[in-house]
Amino acid sequence: MAGKRQTAIIVNGVTENRAVEPRTHLIDYLRDELGLTGAHAGCEHGVCGACTVRVDGQIVRGCLTLVVQTDGKRVDTIEGLSDSGELADLQKAFHEHNALQCGFCTPGMLMAAQDLLREKPDANRDEIREYMSGNYCRCTGYQAIVDAVEEVLAARKQGVRA
Amino acid sequence: MKAPQFDYAKPASLAEAFDLLERHGDEAKLLAGGQTLMATLNMRLSQPGILIDITGLANLAALSGIRAEAGRVSVGALTTHRQIERSELIAQQVTMLAQAVPHIAHIAIRNVGTFGGSIAFADPAAEYPVCAVALNADIVLVSRQGERRVPARQFFKALYETDLKPGEMVARAEFNAQPPGYRSVFMELARRHGDYAIVGVAAHAKVTGNLLSDVSLAYLGMGGIPMLARKAMAALEGKAYAPDTVAAAQAALAGELDPSDDLYSTTATKLHLARVLTGRALAALTQPGA
Repeated sequence: MAGKRQTAIIVNGVTENRAVEPRTHLIDYLRDELGLTGAHAGCEHGVCGACTVRVDGQIVRGCLTLVVQTDGKRVDTIEGLSDSGELADLQKAFHEHNALQCGFCTPGMLMAAQDLLREKPDANRDEIREYMSGNYCRCTGYQAIVDAVEEVLAARKQGVRA
Repeated sequence: MKAPQFDYAKPASLAEAFDLLERHGDEAKLLAGGQTLMATLNMRLSQPGILIDITGLANLAALSGIRAEAGRVSVGALTTHRQIERSELIAQQVTMLAQAVPHIAHIAIRNVGTFGGSIAFADPAAEYPVCAVALNADIVLVSRQGERRVPARQFFKALYETDLKPGEMVARAEFNAQPPGYRSVFMELARRHGDYAIVGVAAHAKVTGNLLSDVSLAYLGMGGIPMLARKAMAALEGKAYAPDTVAAAQAALAGELDPSDDLYSTTATKLHLARVLTGRALAALTQPGA
């Protein structure tokens, strides 16, 4: 019944032309079709945040987005943001604060944290917690993650790239 | 946890969307942000034959944007939660919506999910339906025959059931701009931030000193639809905020709210929480900042 659809999506700056089934989720397309396995498929119903990626500059859930919905749009993943150096200070802070253990949630955490740093550069600790509340971590207890984000927030505010 | 197979169409005009709706009937589901629909598809709670993606109609004024006209504020169906959250107009003129929107899931979901989707899906724990009922908003529906206006208080019929007829879609909702002297309070209790709430209250009234009039109180999570608590409203009407007034409103709730037991809370617990939240909401309504 449902034939494949041709899509052209700009993934990390490169246009990918693929035929996909309408039911294919963005997260599965990125991981299985393109081999971009940074974002993870966790709960697959929008709760855990492990699949967080950017579509046209906004963070979204990769498991609640169909590939066909992103046709013609820009998709950016942790791979692209890592390569561009956009997250370098955040990644360093996560490392230094032990803000990860198994690392499953980390790509999603970094996407959400980077969004927070852009959207709410004056966030306090409570606001950081609230902004990051859509991303689950089962290892760290969150304290170290909030510490890391808070540190980068302060550093960026002073114009110092840690 | 993968969605079943379905077909997909993205109409470029309303006429094309109505054609698709007519051709596919019950097999079709409208897709806007998909932040509820996709989760239900992933869990295979429904198996539509085709998704009709209406985001291609976002340039249509009838379905999009937040506008103020003649004392009314209209919110288009394709408006995202994030647009509502960032809207100065909403923050000033429909303060209840501005208070409600941060409770909806999380940023990544608010970036995509839409106002109209929430209204049409009619989840009894959703925020916008209860706001629309409390504020006595109108839901504007559009079909090939034109537009039809239904008061929100008549739009929500039963659990996940609305007044939407085949071939119709939600175009927008129209709220009264908040008149001087009126206040709104929206509060909810959830186990974790962004989860579906156990109970939520949408309270709106004219507040003169500590005197309440033209009161509305509506609840989410307390029945199959947004529940308007008419007896509690009557207990507050024309009264001054005082412990016995609050107690009378709280006592009235047992007769008109109808929460069901779930895994986490019994009916009695939920009613208790509704009374607690009512007390907080009335305090906030009459003593802002206290």
